[in-house]
Amino acid sequence: MSDKTLTIEILRYNPETDDKPTFGTFTIPYVEAWSMLDALEHIKDELDSSLAYRWSCRMAVCGSCGMVINGTPKLGCETFLRDYYPNPIRVEPLANFPIEKDLVIDSEDFIKKLESVKPYIINAMEKPVEEGVNKQTPQQLGLYKQFSMCINCMLCYSACPQMGLNPLFTGPAVIALGHRYNLDSRDDGYEQRTEVIQGKNGVWSCTFVGYCSEVCPKNVDPAAAINQNKLQGSQDWALSFLMPRKGDK
Amino acid sequence: MSNKRHIEPLLWSLFGAGGTTIAFFFPAIIFVVGLGVPLEIIPAEALSYERMSAFFLESWIGKLALMVALVPSYWACIHRIYHGAHDLGFHPGGGVKMACYGGTLILSLATIALLLV
Repeated sequence: MSDKTLTIEILRYNPETDDKPTFGTFTIPYVEAWSMLDALEHIKDELDSSLAYRWSCRMAVCGSCGMVINGTPKLGCETFLRDYYPNPIRVEPLANFPIEKDLVIDSEDFIKKLESVKPYIINAMEKPVEEGVNKQTPQQLGLYKQFSMCINCMLCYSACPQMGLNPLFTGPAVIALGHRYNLDSRDDGYEQRTEVIQGKNGVWSCTFVGYCSEVCPKNVDPAAAINQNKLQGSQDWALSFLMPRKGDK
Repeated sequence: MSNKRHIEPLLWSLFGAGGTTIAFFFPAIIFVVGLGVPLEIIPAEALSYERMSAFFLESWIGKLALMVALVPSYWACIHRIYHGAHDLGFHPGGGVKMACYGGTLILSLATIALLLV
């Protein structure tokens, strides 16, 4: 390790002892190869074992280590100290979520929203085995592939100003995932997802800021998913006047 | 399905249409009025009242072009301002919403009426 050091400020909060979150300052050795996650591990191992944060894969796949680094929602595992050195780095938990402890946020509300949009293929198993496998062309795959890359890291929820203003908003990732299954040629669940996606707290709550797509570490474009659903919703809306019962009776 | 009949899809469609017309027409207008004529790339007589009014107020193609360029962009602007205000922390109630979009409706109808009459 070199003699160079780096200052890291971390928003600390222990619900059992603290009234409100405050910043704690740590001075750590500067190692060029370290990610923010490595730095947090060093702090937990060597300086303060009470520090709480989530992590798992260390390779931008699991989506556990989302945090706000110098004001920008990022994954700790793919954010490197060398991009900030010698300036101090400020680390906060994801915005727009309740803090459970330090950098750990309470994601229960997100999980509930995720479940509500039914992010799985509906009716795919209805087809009898004798009819063979479900075939999908590369073109059909291409329709939804980018939206399937979401790792539920919730960076887009931290970035979205609407989440802070209207906590009932379904949010970018959940809409993008609902859209992913709606676009899947094997799926038959469009109607079941409509209420969540097209409702007042669905796509229509979005104020088209677009920061969600900018912060996404997997290059998913949730803003595009929302706009495509607004277009679809507008068409459904117009058609609902022409065919009030969808031509059923 | 429960929220199917709320008005937001209509307002958003008008916003989308306006965004498209703004993207198409306004760069050209900014170029002609803001750069072309002041820098004398385009002769100033090109924008003379007689010439402009002969096209935009006398010919049907001109009237239609003006209507398409103006009316949707009103809706795009008010929709952006209304939702932008919300993002900036102003949360106007239903009355302000009525005034914003109602005013835009009146402006749109006035534009169409003035061009057609």
